[in-house]
Amino acid sequence: MAILVYIENIAGAFKKSGYEAVSYAKAIGDATGQPVTALSIGKVDTGSLEGLGRYGVSKVIAVNTEQLHQFVNQAYAAVIAEVANSIQATTIVLSNSFSGKGLAPRIAAKLDAALADGAITLPVIKGDAWEIKKSAFSGKAIATQELTAPIKVIALTPNTIEAVEAQTTVEIEAFQPQVAATDLSTVVKDIMQATDKIPLPEANIVVSAGRGLKGPENWKMIEELADVLGAATACSKPVSDAGWRPHEEHVGQTGLAVSPNLYIAIGISGAIQHLAGISSSKTIVVINNDPEAPFFKVADYGIVGDAFDVVPKLIDAFKAYKNH
Amino acid sequence: MKILVCLSNVPDTTSKITFTDNNTAFNTAGIQYIINPYDEIALARAVELAGNGQGTITVIHVGEAAADPTIRKALAIGADQAVRIDAYPRDAWFVAHQIASYAKTQNFDLILTGRESIDYNGSLVQGYIAELLGIPSISIAKKLDINDSQATVEREIEGGKEVIQVPLPVVIGTAEGVAEPKIPNMRGIMSARTKPLEVIQAIDVPALSHITHFDTPPPRGNVKLVDKDHVTQLVELLHSEAKVI
Repeated sequence: MAILVYIENIAGAFKKSGYEAVSYAKAIGDATGQPVTALSIGKVDTGSLEGLGRYGVSKVIAVNTEQLHQFVNQAYAAVIAEVANSIQATTIVLSNSFSGKGLAPRIAAKLDAALADGAITLPVIKGDAWEIKKSAFSGKAIATQELTAPIKVIALTPNTIEAVEAQTTVEIEAFQPQVAATDLSTVVKDIMQATDKIPLPEANIVVSAGRGLKGPENWKMIEELADVLGAATACSKPVSDAGWRPHEEHVGQTGLAVSPNLYIAIGISGAIQHLAGISSSKTIVVINNDPEAPFFKVADYGIVGDAFDVVPKLIDAFKAYKNH
Repeated sequence: MKILVCLSNVPDTTSKITFTDNNTAFNTAGIQYIINPYDEIALARAVELAGNGQGTITVIHVGEAAADPTIRKALAIGADQAVRIDAYPRDAWFVAHQIASYAKTQNFDLILTGRESIDYNGSLVQGYIAELLGIPSISIAKKLDINDSQATVEREIEGGKEVIQVPLPVVIGTAEGVAEPKIPNMRGIMSARTKPLEVIQAIDVPALSHITHFDTPPPRGNVKLVDKDHVTQLVELLHSEAKVI
């Protein structure tokens, strides 16, 4: 019995959500008395691999095969399953990131494992049956799933738990997987990634704006507010539908579901479909000139006022806070 | 080109979500069902790709007869034929096995699903089907083009996108950006009535997990209003009370 956690990297750097997955795996390891092995696939330097020891990992398996320097869903899933088998892992943890969503079902199918996708709690362990909660109906409900199969794959929702340090000495092992040519038919042609921006699903703070902004030219102040706070920017569906902002910023039932520590909604009325995507945020701030906007009913803090008046003042106030 | 589009039948996005039987089952009373919005995007793209006689579209749904209106709507939008696997869609593992079992007999070039369903929010069916068929899969596509026997796909990644090429057959989960959903026209609605809808028996699939119960999220506290001329107060509250900055 062992726990395997797969930790994703972007251009060689491990992701925040990956460290969260490691901490989650470590918590299961502590509860069940099992060691945690981390798996890294791709080109990652030794320093970063050793750094995983800070999060309680006792062993790191590093796959640095050249064919796998770029993400190939099918091949990565095969490697993760192969490593899981080689260490006889009965629990496999990974982040429910965009790539994780592609990997998790393939890994689970290979291992005949039960799969908890989008886990938001640690498992309640009742012998072989583990209970894990996940968000359902786009945030309108929480489902408790019981995993009964002997092997369990858990895809953890980003921002669910904090990565905690737990110093251990880590052993690094290079691993040569058996990659079948048929698993490598997908070819990455191009990657367009803004490395200076905080990815929305991982952001601790999200600044989101809606139709109240009146036009795409008015997003400067939203971006400035996000900059000051180290936040990601998001928007409502009408805004992305109108082409004011890219689709990947659309948060809501048919867009992205996010669960940051702080969600600031500016000029968004709060339609049920939008609320579905943000309801698991820890703190919600709403700025809207309509005191009757439904968003105020789910907010923790609110300002009734015109965005064009309030946001510049907020930027100054946050700047002053950051500077002192 | 033979395209298979997988449909999920989900509650309308404005539905109030409640549960029955001691919170163990979703309360379907008064719920209006629709084609899962992401599956609608998949279907719309399939209709574009199969246009001008360049392909045929089969839609498949795992579910009971109550879902037939949803399937007919997909036929009205432009699918050529439909298959319903007659069973309660217990979970993604069960559904994927049914679809893979059917697909094995049909040699589809392209299998499309939505990136996720808006009820259980899994994004599992695409990956399961692909693994069961031993073919590639792409979980979240923002753009999809087919040239000869190759798909070019823009995949969403954290903070950006990736352009990938993959040979057919492939399973692709579609998201916003792939196509605009299509509204059926009168001709489509009329012809949908006579298009074939084949009902097939389900295969047995052992369960690996199940949902034991549901909770509704705790109600959120009363909003604390801050005067628009004293926004520093909000900064203080976020720092000292909410402790989020």
